[in-house]
Amino acid sequence: MTEIEIFMKFVEEYRDPELGKKLLDRIHKRSRKPARLMEFCGGHTVAIFKHGLRQLLPPSIEMLSGPGCPVCVTASADLDKAIALGHLPDVIITSFGDMVRVPGSRSSLQKAKAEGADVRIVYSAQDALTIAHENPEKSVVFIGIGFETTAPTIAASILQAEHEKLKNYYVLSLHKVCPPIMKAILDLGEVNLNGIICPGHVSVIIGSHPYQFLADDYKIACAVSGFEPLDILLAVDRLVEQIESGQPGVEIAYRRGVKPEGNRAALSLMETVFEIGEANWRGIGVVPESGLQIKSQYEKYDAGKNFKIDPGPTHEPKGCICGSILRGVSTPLECKLFRETCTPEHPVGPCMVSAEGSCAAYYQYGSNK
Amino acid sequence: MNDDRILLAHGSGGKLMHDLIQSFLPDLANPILDKLDDSAVFEVSGRLAFTTDSYTVNPIFFPGGDIGKLSVCGTVNDLAMSGARPLYLSLAFIIEEGLPVTDLKKILTSIREAADEAGVKIVTGDTKVVNQGNADKLFINTAGVGAVPEGVDISAANAKPGDKIILNGNIGDHGIAVLSQREGLKFHTPVPSDCAPLNGLVADMLSAAAGIHSLRDPTRGGLATTLNDFAEQSKVGIRLEEDKIPVAKAVLAACELLGFDPLYIANEGKLVAAVAPEDADKTLASMKSNKYGAGSVIIGEAVAEHAGQVIMKTSLGASRIVDMPVGELLPRIC
Repeated sequence: MTEIEIFMKFVEEYRDPELGKKLLDRIHKRSRKPARLMEFCGGHTVAIFKHGLRQLLPPSIEMLSGPGCPVCVTASADLDKAIALGHLPDVIITSFGDMVRVPGSRSSLQKAKAEGADVRIVYSAQDALTIAHENPEKSVVFIGIGFETTAPTIAASILQAEHEKLKNYYVLSLHKVCPPIMKAILDLGEVNLNGIICPGHVSVIIGSHPYQFLADDYKIACAVSGFEPLDILLAVDRLVEQIESGQPGVEIAYRRGVKPEGNRAALSLMETVFEIGEANWRGIGVVPESGLQIKSQYEKYDAGKNFKIDPGPTHEPKGCICGSILRGVSTPLECKLFRETCTPEHPVGPCMVSAEGSCAAYYQYGSNK
Repeated sequence: MNDDRILLAHGSGGKLMHDLIQSFLPDLANPILDKLDDSAVFEVSGRLAFTTDSYTVNPIFFPGGDIGKLSVCGTVNDLAMSGARPLYLSLAFIIEEGLPVTDLKKILTSIREAADEAGVKIVTGDTKVVNQGNADKLFINTAGVGAVPEGVDISAANAKPGDKIILNGNIGDHGIAVLSQREGLKFHTPVPSDCAPLNGLVADMLSAAAGIHSLRDPTRGGLATTLNDFAEQSKVGIRLEEDKIPVAKAVLAACELLGFDPLYIANEGKLVAAVAPEDADKTLASMKSNKYGAGSVIIGEAVAEHAGQVIMKTSLGASRIVDMPVGELLPRIC
């Protein structure tokens, strides 16, 4: 088999309609108690909408979308910093694609680019390193967003810069980590959850152990899921089983990607370069121990420490409820701006910008439930 | 002097330009063009279709074609989608100084081959050369006229409830083939662009059945955009079946990796038709016997409900809205 055939075999197997119907059947038969489930990850939100899974679940199951979209949770204040960096002379901003369209307090990276800032979309931090090599007279700043999924590759880029003695590469670390924000949202007491579909790619890195506190301390059922429809249905099936039997635990419904202990090599890269610190979450605020900061040993690569910028005062867009959507308290349909002034062409809040944002998913795929 | 690259002087109107144009002529020769007057003069009668398009594809060579083939097929297809028989094209180059002359020759050869296959003549043209950085290697504009046969009335506004939606094969090949060659994103894909002139296929369809209401080639914005155009302009709803939409495995694989939906990926050799239900089988049979329609399939139908909206039944039996795409397609980050 060619690489493509092997890859597609995996994709097709996890989209098999017959197996899907069997799983749905089992969920319908087993689910009796009302179950409110949150899919943490934006990738799951999109997959659930794209495959229309909400409509297929029994009425006893309510699905909420969580804060797991890295673009969406980036605070305006942090975006303002990125934009201010972009306006410095001789600075090249490198960023993942979605990020350039997100509005900050007054502008976006896209607008900054139109005004003359050198903003380039890259597919990985490696591309940013290449740009740094090609432009030795400029400072190349990579806007480091994302959860534990992307953080190891960005840590690797800093180590590579060190190895190559690169003097013009910087990272603005806006990285966030998952388990602490799950705890923070639960401690706010705004949403009453029975189960969490734990993120797939994040768990490839961190494993399933870090979610144990959710089952032990909060009595919430947990299942790590992949991104194909059968992965998600299997995760829901495992959550329903835990909820019906009254025995919350942590299960992996994504065995082909996730080991309980995670990926040690990736974790060690992260631990080498980053340390846990506070992070600013859009709509939630500053949450202690929920972000990754560059260790002082590597601070010469820290864009936050090496440039003098004045991002100005922070403004949140008026009427935008992205914050409460990210906390699972509201749905996009409850936002007065949704589909009116806030559309994917003219996004007001970040949940409409990112393809993985709840608002974009509701807009793009409609919502029947 | 570097003889094998296009220089600014090639666009200056002098001897170099004259020689360059003379070197094009054998490739494109036909009695109307050969006169080299300021405008092409030809006889026409009846209704005409007239269209123009500019081509800026990057890179200019890609698996399955190049910007030259594209510039002929794209305009030929736009004419064909009105039911017109394409007749004459104009051809205008905007060349960035420094383009290798061999590249230009290669592109001219593919223009001639595509025009020959489509049965159209290039009857007028223009060449400009701009400073480096003022264009990206080569931009081409073509305009075309075609004759619309009597009784043919095809428009995106003509689809009716009950019409079958027919597609002539796999979607997404062109977009993925081009994307696979982009700097910074190079990946190997065995799928070439589907770039092809579809006027022969359309002619076969029109001679097989009268009930062809709407035709469009789903280029930029992909199948989803074209179907939304049909739904909006015809004020009908469109129901699709996910399982019926053909996508090559390699395209699906690339889309999965990059976070794209094949419904939104560009095609250059595909058409979508809304056909009266009683004519659907005849039309489908005529399409299947054409080399550009071998993979033709009915993918859905127009309905009176949910006018203006495209709704797709997913493999698992749920349904979802298929909306217009927004902005540039950007790969996901994680």
